[in-house]
Amino acid sequence: METFLLQFFIFLTAAAISVPIAKKLGLGSVLGYLIAGIVIGPFGASLIHDVEEIMHFTEFGVVMMLFLVGLELKPSLLWQLKMPILGFGGSQVIITSLAISAIAYYFLPWQQAAAIGLILSLSSTAIVLQTLQEKGKMKTEAGQSVFAVLLFQDLAVIPMLAVLPLLATLAISTGGHHDSALYDISALPHYLQITVTISAIAAVLIFGKFACRPIFLMIAKTGVREIFVAAALALVIGTSLLMMMVGLSPALGAFLAGVVLADNEFRHELESDIEPFKGLLLGIFFISIGASLNFSLIGNNISLILGLTAGLIAIKWLVLVLVGLVFKISSKERALFAIALAQGGEFAFVLFQLAKTSGVLSVDIIEPLISAVAISMFLAPVMFVIHEKVTQTSQVENKEQEDDTIKKSDHKVIIAGFGRLGTDIGRFLLSAGIKPIILDHNAGNISVLRKLGFEVYYGDATRLDLLASAGASSAELLIITLSDTHAATQLVELARKHYPQLKVVVNARDREASFEFMDLNINEVYRETFGTALNMGQAAMKQLGIDPYEAHRLKQIFQKKDLEMMPELYKQRSEEESYISLYQKHHEHLEELMNLDHNECLIALDKAWTAKNPEL
Amino acid sequence: MKKILINFAHPAKSHSNINKALRKVVEELDNVTVNDLYANYPDFMIDIKREQALCEAHDIIIFQHPLYWYSTPAIMKEWLDLVLEHGWAYGSEGKALQDKLFFQAISTGGDASTYQKDGYNEFTLAELTSPYQATAKLCNMTWLPPFVVSGVHSGLPKEKVQSHAEAFRRTIIALRDALFDIELAKQQEYLNSDVNRVIRSV
Repeated sequence: METFLLQFFIFLTAAAISVPIAKKLGLGSVLGYLIAGIVIGPFGASLIHDVEEIMHFTEFGVVMMLFLVGLELKPSLLWQLKMPILGFGGSQVIITSLAISAIAYYFLPWQQAAAIGLILSLSSTAIVLQTLQEKGKMKTEAGQSVFAVLLFQDLAVIPMLAVLPLLATLAISTGGHHDSALYDISALPHYLQITVTISAIAAVLIFGKFACRPIFLMIAKTGVREIFVAAALALVIGTSLLMMMVGLSPALGAFLAGVVLADNEFRHELESDIEPFKGLLLGIFFISIGASLNFSLIGNNISLILGLTAGLIAIKWLVLVLVGLVFKISSKERALFAIALAQGGEFAFVLFQLAKTSGVLSVDIIEPLISAVAISMFLAPVMFVIHEKVTQTSQVENKEQEDDTIKKSDHKVIIAGFGRLGTDIGRFLLSAGIKPIILDHNAGNISVLRKLGFEVYYGDATRLDLLASAGASSAELLIITLSDTHAATQLVELARKHYPQLKVVVNARDREASFEFMDLNINEVYRETFGTALNMGQAAMKQLGIDPYEAHRLKQIFQKKDLEMMPELYKQRSEEESYISLYQKHHEHLEELMNLDHNECLIALDKAWTAKNPEL
Repeated sequence: MKKILINFAHPAKSHSNINKALRKVVEELDNVTVNDLYANYPDFMIDIKREQALCEAHDIIIFQHPLYWYSTPAIMKEWLDLVLEHGWAYGSEGKALQDKLFFQAISTGGDASTYQKDGYNEFTLAELTSPYQATAKLCNMTWLPPFVVSGVHSGLPKEKVQSHAEAFRRTIIALRDALFDIELAKQQEYLNSDVNRVIRSV
């Protein structure tokens, strides 16, 4: 127990120290983990052992990552991006694999050459997406193309995981992957094996489609958050176990489960619950990769490894430029597109690991290649910086052009709270072509709204992680319609602190609540019953036979004057006496102004009406 | 019998005796529709389809309004801008208003003498209403000179108001019953310059 805790402590401390430093240097978190691994590994301070085993365990982070990738992949998004995904992504992966395999074939048998080609064709989703987001390039042509390629690669990993073991030419050293702790189906006759495998996949799909919702709904109604986390973890782990039992890749199962749940209202909640586990496991996985880097080997073969790195970057870059040319990406965007994806990826570590355990590649081939991939990943952020420096002059014009093309449907709006008020706002925005992301905490309410066709997600909007997975970092506007003023002010503070770019429009229960929001410097505060009260007042006047246009003007005048006195009342609100007298003063003034018989504003209309001849 | 539509526009009608009076005497007549624009569209959201249907269902279209800055109150301009669509009111396909009769019933603050070349306002009402004459022409309508009640600001005595209202009522009835000499009316300065001449007795 103590040794376990000590190991765990060392991993976490190393991550906690090195990741912030790496981020500060603009290198991204993945490199931070790798460096941490090197520092605590056998070639650094030599603080950890059993690296292999830890790597094996934390590989599960990859399964979770694929689950999350699946969750992100709504069928509609896939359909929208089908051309770039298949076109850019497909040609990049195929051409790069062929090129690298062809070169490797000079030195190695074809199976090994093919494996290397496939593995090295992948780029680093973690580094590239993070960097593009940080630099605000996701919406550009290059950004979208890069995203399409990465998506294809993420999907391509799944068949690669399945195909790699088939390329095995070496004897498997350790027992490894095919062991199943539960039940070994290889004892069954062949046709039964296939049946079991297909039913397992069908079970995942059917369970995800039909059984998950009621179960999550039930759990959500209990309001105990950790049970939801437990259920989410159980879902991912259970799917993986089932897949392993039938001899399929657990990553495939998790991915499928993710896709099936992508349209589910619990998507954001699942995402934010799994995310920290994935992050932690992947982090430790990257640390163990760093720790397993063999520096004596790198030192002895320095020229070979540097050559491999340079060759890897050069080949990938060339292929990307070619793909960009064929698919007619404009020249400026093409440069970024090619630079962004010219490195090895974290999946290479996973796949090399698999290649080792399933007897495809031997350690002495893998080690220099892993080193080359790692170095190319080190260089990726550096290459972004260089690209930025070179193209800095032309960037200003680009920005101006981008602004013009923003469509209404591109506006990113989050609505927190979808009760009666939120529903109407949502309907209103939707009818204007603005599609908000809606978060609500009432599970029963959500299933009704979903049936009506709203895109509503379950979750507590005042939780930072949920805001994040709803896309708060790239959203433009947050609309708060929570009836609980305390929760709403909390949310405002949270948004202000973490997403200063978010504009906030908020509903206030009453005047008191308005003041609380004004304390937080929010200008767009709307009292929830004020508009209805005035509309009813207008209707009442009409019923009393008052001219409809006068009633309309009176409403407008009242609304305007009431809003005008808010700041003054706000200043006086702490002193009760002066507040009341100020309120009364304003009210008298309003009464005078609006008196039907000598209404100043309506008399103004009389006065306005003609060119009066003063001499007559 | 002809059908008459009165598009009425006054933002503060409770303060206008003359417009109230003119409206009151024709409101209840058969085949006369009074369409109060400010009351129907206090927020200026004019229902274009409804307004076009109203126009199509009537033979004579009257704009009744006070003269605001030598023109109409704001909603009337909004009405013209939105309702008179290309392809409906004008253009090669726009024949919806063809041959309908059009005129304005205007109340002015200043005396009639101020609306003369040598008067205080320097322009005649015929000149000032020329945009509406041009509009009627473009829409293939028959334009008539305005029915004018002037000098409202100096305060019209009760009898004066009543006689104007009576003239208006007689004009509307004569138009409705085709007892109105349209060709003669066209040559007059105002529609009500000499009511007895233009209205034929049966």
